[in-house]
Amino acid sequence: MTDATATAAPATDTRRAGRFLYLAGVVVLCAWVIVPIYFLLVNTLSSPDTVNSFPKPFIPDFDLGSLAFFAKFAGMLTALKNSVIVAGMTMILSILIGAPAGYALSRFDFAGKELFRLLILLTRAFPLPLLALPLAVFFIRTGLDDTTFGLALVHTTLALPFAVLITFSLFSGIPIELEEAAWTLGCTRVTAFTKVVLPLILPGITASAIFAFVISWNEVFAAAVLTIENRTLTAFLLQNLDTSPLHLKFAGGFILVVPALIFIFAVRKYLFAMWGIANR
Amino acid sequence: MTFRKGVIGAASGLTILMSGAAVQADVLFWSTQAKPVEEAQAMREQVLAGAGQAVDYQPNDDGPFLTRLQAELQAGTGTIGVLGALEGSFAAMNPDDLVDLDDLGLMSSSETFNDLARMGTDNLQYLPWMQASYIMAANKEALQYLPEGADIDALSYDQLIAWAANVHEAVGEAKFGFPAGPKGLKHRFFQGYLYPSYTNGVVRTFASDEAVTAWEKFKELWTHTNPASTNFSFMQEQLLSGDAWIVFDHTSRLAQAFNERPDDFVAFPAPAGPHGRGFMPVLAGIAIPRTAPDMEASKALVAYMMKPETQIATLRATSFFPVVDVEFPDDMPPAVQAAGAAVAKMSAAADANPGLLPSGLGDKGGDFSRVFVDTFERIVLAGHDIRAVLDDHKGQLSAIMEESGAPCWAPDAPSEGACPVE
Amino acid sequence: MNARILPYVLILPVTIFLCLFFLYPFILVAQLAFTTGAGFTLDNFREVVSHWKFPISMRNTLLLAGIVVPVQLALALLMATMVTKMDKGRDMVLYVWTIPLGISDLAAGLIWLAIFEQSGFLNTMMGALGLVERPVNLLTFQNPVLVFVAIALAEIWRATAIMLVILVAGIGLIPKEYYEAAEVFGASPWKRFVRITLPLLRPSLQTALVLRVILAFEVFAVVQALGGTLFPVLMGETYAYQFDLLNSGAAAAMALIILVISIAATLVILRVLRVPKGATI
Repeated sequence: MTDATATAAPATDTRRAGRFLYLAGVVVLCAWVIVPIYFLLVNTLSSPDTVNSFPKPFIPDFDLGSLAFFAKFAGMLTALKNSVIVAGMTMILSILIGAPAGYALSRFDFAGKELFRLLILLTRAFPLPLLALPLAVFFIRTGLDDTTFGLALVHTTLALPFAVLITFSLFSGIPIELEEAAWTLGCTRVTAFTKVVLPLILPGITASAIFAFVISWNEVFAAAVLTIENRTLTAFLLQNLDTSPLHLKFAGGFILVVPALIFIFAVRKYLFAMWGIANR
Repeated sequence: MTFRKGVIGAASGLTILMSGAAVQADVLFWSTQAKPVEEAQAMREQVLAGAGQAVDYQPNDDGPFLTRLQAELQAGTGTIGVLGALEGSFAAMNPDDLVDLDDLGLMSSSETFNDLARMGTDNLQYLPWMQASYIMAANKEALQYLPEGADIDALSYDQLIAWAANVHEAVGEAKFGFPAGPKGLKHRFFQGYLYPSYTNGVVRTFASDEAVTAWEKFKELWTHTNPASTNFSFMQEQLLSGDAWIVFDHTSRLAQAFNERPDDFVAFPAPAGPHGRGFMPVLAGIAIPRTAPDMEASKALVAYMMKPETQIATLRATSFFPVVDVEFPDDMPPAVQAAGAAVAKMSAAADANPGLLPSGLGDKGGDFSRVFVDTFERIVLAGHDIRAVLDDHKGQLSAIMEESGAPCWAPDAPSEGACPVE
Repeated sequence: MNARILPYVLILPVTIFLCLFFLYPFILVAQLAFTTGAGFTLDNFREVVSHWKFPISMRNTLLLAGIVVPVQLALALLMATMVTKMDKGRDMVLYVWTIPLGISDLAAGLIWLAIFEQSGFLNTMMGALGLVERPVNLLTFQNPVLVFVAIALAEIWRATAIMLVILVAGIGLIPKEYYEAAEVFGASPWKRFVRITLPLLRPSLQTALVLRVILAFEVFAVVQALGGTLFPVLMGETYAYQFDLLNSGAAAAMALIILVISIAATLVILRVLRVPKGATI
């Protein structure tokens, strides 16, 4: 008896130490992410003098002047709307087109599979600014020029590798037996897919959606070349920021960051959709 | 039912037509100038508001600016109505892609600028739009360390180096700031200021013994330069933060410092070397691409931009000076007043040695500047032997001049054919 | 539907899409790398490779990727495992850790410059803690190692979330019973991680690593913001050729070189982290 309690005590100690280490780790990693963003916020909410001063303050003086400038900057709202539309279309297109391919890659062995996978990856390995010229000529000639849809098509090209490969990796984690069981129980291929597999890969779809949205939102070169009247917020604002005064750089940067952060916040729990559900 | 539907249909159709037409009536002013958000705002609200037609002013980085323009030229149709860019960007273009502008009857008041604008043809391919220059600026804190007998408006390079050294010793930190960052305009300093002042040339004298002296002097200045200068591209930031007290930069990249704290800074002319006070103007031009959708509207906008009132409004908005004769009103922003005074002193100085912008280089302009940047990086940052580096790059420079066939420009003595590197 | 043609039907939309919007412009641009207006030539490659900055930028890019990516992989695995152990607050912690995903690389460069510059937040903190008397000039050409460290830190901060999101999405499919069984048999947390999590996470690991490595070879904006002219990288040189020197042939040549490196790295990763056929467990 005493032996058991004697061994139980050090075990609880190590467990407590382990738990403390774990919590400390979580806190440190959260701080590591948040502190630089906090600095961005501080500089956004500071007067121009404070932004250029030394030492830098850790509490902002809540000077809304920099943000107010952008409130009066003509064209912001239309650009914001365009950005949201383009990002939304990119999300939908990349998932609709990419998920079937991810499924095919994980379930089937077909001739040309490796080549296909390489092609998908190639698209991210070549810089878009170099491809923008032939794409722009193509768009001007086919009437896709200066449309949110046209830009969404280009952004989808950037987001497809993520959509395909993430859904591939998730489908690979779902045993085929699950689907086969559903077939034997009377489901067609399609219903088996939608009722059994789809809920399990919801985290993958969410991850693909996040990447698609963020990639489209932050893309500046193609947006600046392919949209004029229908500029996205990033094309409209980001190009002008790097030559602007420091306090406006921060405020503008902050404004560009916020919608993406809101979107990720909205979908965060879907990354865990079927957490812990025993899938056997 | 059908009649009402018909009316509604017609009304909405008409609205769509009209909004479509309204959108098309915007002249797209596609530019690389006035990029900072405040300047872009001022261009839209103060300069272009009185243009008599709807103008969509879109300032861009060089990359998208060029790519879009090339795409429209290749496709044969486009939406760009008017182009605004530095003369170097135009020099790299094909004159056939730009509409001849002689029939507008407008020119700048400088024949040198007008000549540049002809791009080697007989007609004006673009109109000189606005000009600026590079000056020096200093935090008033630094003035107490000026060497004995030095006149800030007539410094020599040696006095400047001594001044920077005094500040360095007194404060314990190197406080000279130089735009050696990736977007900094350091190559213009070497082309238009250092080389003319020490060697009275740029191309011919690239590898001369006087050039070696020039680089030695610059290395000396560099020992008193804030070593983070390799990150600096806009010296107004360092002036305002106090990281640098004496700086060299483009007037519009110093504007914010003067406008925000005009009492803390002074502007003064660039220093002089053995061959005088070298300096170089910056020229921006305005043009119409051959694919412009509405030629009349584009020409009207170009004509509007050249009017004296517009030029003055542009000055207020961008700190770029007019190219036509104007009467300056009294209420100019502090940056304009300070920069204007410094540039005026520089041009009027007895030892002024004005250089021209490189011309005739075509699309080799970037390569030309890269020679100077590479030379700087190897001599000053990497510490290689000056003579060796100059001889090394001499060949490259020669090749560029041969390929582009550009003749010499001031202060180099004129040449027959391509400018030789001696 | 015939199971033989089904896979082709499923990949048809992607293939058409990529052929139209990627392959077509890519072929046009890649051609430029092999021409200088006088027919097929390798001159562009020769020109690009013989420039004095080429070996430097190659070394810098590979070094940065070689150091940053493994650190990010370890960090992402750590964060993914940590987050699976949580119950309350899991959503918020995961959200915080994925925030850098929404930050463009230009904004990330801006933030980290504000931290590292002479009048920046790091100097303020060090001064407040009494560690230094006057602000230290960190990002100078005299401190190339410090500049590298700053860039690496900024990149780690910015891009770890890319791998984290992919790994988290995949980790949820590992059946809990395996862990429970392993605990019953007395396996330590480390053993459980190495024997259960890692193998079952292989497809996601493969995807995360490949995508991250490809993006790492294209690093540019953060490097330019923090390193200025001190730390040339391959992508920066590519853009310089295209937009400053107006030499699309050389730019295309550089981009193809980066592409080849990316393919090589990808093939290695795909080989090492092979996903077994059928991928059933």
